[in-house]
Amino acid sequence: MAEQLPDAEELLAELARQMEGAIAFDARLIGIHSGGAWLAERLSAMLPGDHPFGTMDVSFYRDDYNRVGLKSAVKRTSLPFDVDGARLVLIDDVLYTGRSVRAALNELFDYGRPDSVELAVLIDRGGRELPIEPTYCATRLIVAVGMTLVLQRDPAARLSLALEAAKPQAPA
Amino acid sequence: MNHNPQLNRDGELHHLLTLEGLPRANVLHILDTAESFVGIAERDVKKVPLLRGKSIFNLFFENSTRTRTTFEIAAKRLSADVINLNIGASSTSKGESVLDTIDNLAAMQADMFVVRHAQSGAAHMIAAHLNATSRSHIHVINAGDGRHQHPTQGLLDLFTIRHYKKDLTRLRVAIVGDVLHSRVARSLIAGLTTLGVPEVRVVAPKTLIPTAASAMGVHVHNDMRQGVKDCDVVVMLRLQNERMRGALLPSAGEFFKHYGLTEEKLALAQPDAIVMHPGPMNRGVEIDSSVADGKHSVILPQVTFGIAVRMAVMSILGGT
Repeated sequence: MAEQLPDAEELLAELARQMEGAIAFDARLIGIHSGGAWLAERLSAMLPGDHPFGTMDVSFYRDDYNRVGLKSAVKRTSLPFDVDGARLVLIDDVLYTGRSVRAALNELFDYGRPDSVELAVLIDRGGRELPIEPTYCATRLIVAVGMTLVLQRDPAARLSLALEAAKPQAPA
Repeated sequence: MNHNPQLNRDGELHHLLTLEGLPRANVLHILDTAESFVGIAERDVKKVPLLRGKSIFNLFFENSTRTRTTFEIAAKRLSADVINLNIGASSTSKGESVLDTIDNLAAMQADMFVVRHAQSGAAHMIAAHLNATSRSHIHVINAGDGRHQHPTQGLLDLFTIRHYKKDLTRLRVAIVGDVLHSRVARSLIAGLTTLGVPEVRVVAPKTLIPTAASAMGVHVHNDMRQGVKDCDVVVMLRLQNERMRGALLPSAGEFFKHYGLTEEKLALAQPDAIVMHPGPMNRGVEIDSSVADGKHSVILPQVTFGIAVRMAVMSILGGT
């Protein structure tokens, strides 16, 4: 299974190629924890020009709270720039149902009113349940239902992809 | 049979009744979640939608301003609807029993009760009643029961200590004053023990130390100077005159002379010691004004952290 997965570092380079020259010259990057936060940090360094990054944990805005609660430790959202009037790029590792992005958009608007928000993802695995589409996407990949595609980071900060069985959801 | 009525079958927190026996993982989960709520309070919009549409009843059978207010703010910042009931002034004074009051409020689709009561075990009894009558979807938070426990105060004290001291496993903590009547002390001692604080001291005159104090794993000091010596954290307690029966103390002035925290006594603690107080403070009785307002004091940050900790508890309970 593992050898069929694309190389995350190559995908990241492809995503940077797409974003370069296409995002606003003053665009700020916001990575969704945890995979998106790593990508935002890397892209902030890779992209020419000045593109500061922040990170966001959307747990307090998720729509499955009533089903699964607050299980794992929630990270602190940290946006070291003014959201009001800013041009933003939300960054996530895997786009699936679109619910995390919906939660991120809601949280974002509690910080202010951005001028524009784009979406950059490493992988689009289809299966959308909301009308949300990426602006930049390194690749599309079909993943079996019941499996989760996870971005991992080793101690040398090298990114890779892994497939895991999805955690069983509590009954609705 | 579930031996820990605050946890559900999966070991998740379902009610918060006491810090005694609450597993370390649950305590840390609350403290870590509270960290992210501290950030929420610094935004323009200080609300998150987690408990939207939920009804939280503040049931204060005993008076409180700070605790009730911080619970109310916490619930509102989670987008819940909050209903404050000063029960002392209503139904129970007309003869209604506590459990009848609970049944009526449950019939009004309550999702969570925050309970303060002068009787030890009140919140526990309410949780057991709800569990036994197939209404375990309603959560109970103990906001202080008699002399027994005040778990959210204990948690916010732990949060404050961790915030300023980081590593809890090499700390000396002194809890000074009316330990006998203090539910705050009982909760804090349990929490400090759970998180591995090696030395917890209680400092008070013999009349204000519970007989079982040493059984709680603490060191008992009757001399204040010895008690605070080399401590990293000094927690002052309020003299609870309203709970005292009989003459346990000669006078407030006499108490201040021996057990009041002054700059001179604080100088015996570590140079970077923090001073805490759960409030309300009696200046000049258990703490000198210059210490309460001094650079070692973290009494006001405790209040701010209290909101984040209560948001964490409510949002964790509401999700189980």
